[in-house]
Amino acid sequence: MSAVAAELGIALAKVSFLMLFVLNLGGLLTWVERKQSAVMQDRVGANRARILGLRLWGLFHPLADAVKMLTKEDFMPLRADRVLFQVAPFVSLFFALVAFATIPFGDVLRVGDREIPLQAVGLDVGLLYIFAMLSLGVYGVVLAGWASANNYALLGGQRAAALMISAEIAIGASIMGVTMVYGSLDLMEIARRQGDLLWGWLPAWGLFLQPLGFVLFLTAGIAATKRIPFDFPEGESEIIGYFVEYSGMKFGMFMMADFVETVVIAGISTALFLGGWQVPYLAADGFAFPWGAMVPLPHLAVVSLQVLAFSVKVAVMCWFLMLIRWTLPRFRYDQAMRLGWLGLLPLSVLNVVLTAGVILWV
Amino acid sequence: MEQVTFFVTALIAVASAIGLVVRRNPLHGALFLVVNLFCVAVLYLLLRAEFLAAAQVIIYAGAIMVLFLFAIMILIPGRAETGRDPFRRQRLAALPLGAAFLLLVGVLMWGGPPPGGAPPPPGGAAAVGRLLFTDYLLPFEITAVLLLAALVGALVLARRRA
Repeated sequence: MSAVAAELGIALAKVSFLMLFVLNLGGLLTWVERKQSAVMQDRVGANRARILGLRLWGLFHPLADAVKMLTKEDFMPLRADRVLFQVAPFVSLFFALVAFATIPFGDVLRVGDREIPLQAVGLDVGLLYIFAMLSLGVYGVVLAGWASANNYALLGGQRAAALMISAEIAIGASIMGVTMVYGSLDLMEIARRQGDLLWGWLPAWGLFLQPLGFVLFLTAGIAATKRIPFDFPEGESEIIGYFVEYSGMKFGMFMMADFVETVVIAGISTALFLGGWQVPYLAADGFAFPWGAMVPLPHLAVVSLQVLAFSVKVAVMCWFLMLIRWTLPRFRYDQAMRLGWLGLLPLSVLNVVLTAGVILWV
Repeated sequence: MEQVTFFVTALIAVASAIGLVVRRNPLHGALFLVVNLFCVAVLYLLLRAEFLAAAQVIIYAGAIMVLFLFAIMILIPGRAETGRDPFRRQRLAALPLGAAFLLLVGVLMWGGPPPGGAPPPPGGAAAVGRLLFTDYLLPFEITAVLLLAALVGALVLARRRA
């Protein structure tokens, strides 16, 4: 019985770690978004919220936002589909949150004689699981557009559906090269294989083995988050999108889903292309540099370094995604469709063919 | 634990299937079908067919049903357009056919579970892939040709319209 309880406790601890990680990072991103845009546009940015005279560079703004969203009126149009209108934001956020489950944030942690893989769910088809969850997330958006009984919202939902389908096909095709190189769909296995060294010094990260795949995945991934430059499903400032009839925290949940999806895309690109939890030259018992130097480290230090490396990589990717978001203007609907179907997809197929050729003949 | 999961999932699957048939609103019906497909994917997962479960969700729930919703939202016909119920005759046939199906299921269940052979092979991606490219190569390739034909057909139709 105690073994079962221990298993349950471990599972619970891992899930709560990931949930807190994703939710907090998502919340923090609202602050990063404001501050980074301010820096890029030579402004000061959010700095007014304060508690007991403490301002902390505007770090209390996410809290102020949450209070504002929760206390606003929760409005529903008269002719809206009552059930679906309520459910849609939850669907959107739920699938964005659970997508993180198979992303490993560290190697195996040994406690006594128990080995704990640092991954919420170890699934043989972990990569496919993430895509399944990402592809289900579109339902929240489409339903929101339909249930609002508003033609502009409906059109926004349609644009979202078209964008998601073209983005997902491009994502699926662009990571085929990665699964070919590492020979697995299990994200833990993929992360382990990225600890190998090329020519004795270069870590075998996906970024170096699949440069084209990385660019394609990142482009399609940004499209899947529905943020600028692919924000025509929302277009809140002028063309009006799927959540036009939402107010209060339900609107907040749609915004949060976008930020969480940004974290998820950062997490996947870390796991697939940036070595996951790998620290260069760090093996299970310490550093082993290519020039022969060895720095032995205790097990706990190694695992902590891995978790830290994963967190830093995800944070850097989030920062990079924000950078793109504040650099590019919005694509028009037809431009984004053309990019997805005539740009990303053929290039992804080309990437698969090239990868196959290299694996076969080199 | 697995039994509890199975019964809960099976219950939701049956309930959503009934909802699909009963609901008048075609969009609600389509959503019940999505729930049903998702539940079937969970059942696959309980049978250790992980690849099949993922493919079920990605392809059926994530892609095909989104297109269904898309079509229903744009082309949803009102009652005035369809005229009288176009399925009148099928409704008459539904009752005896449904009863016959239930009888068949009952007879099969009465005989107890089928004699168990070897435990099912692991359903991971590697195992499925190996089977697809060895034992089931011909059906696999024929399916590919079929899908290609459908793709070309869709292109031709789209071109003619434009």
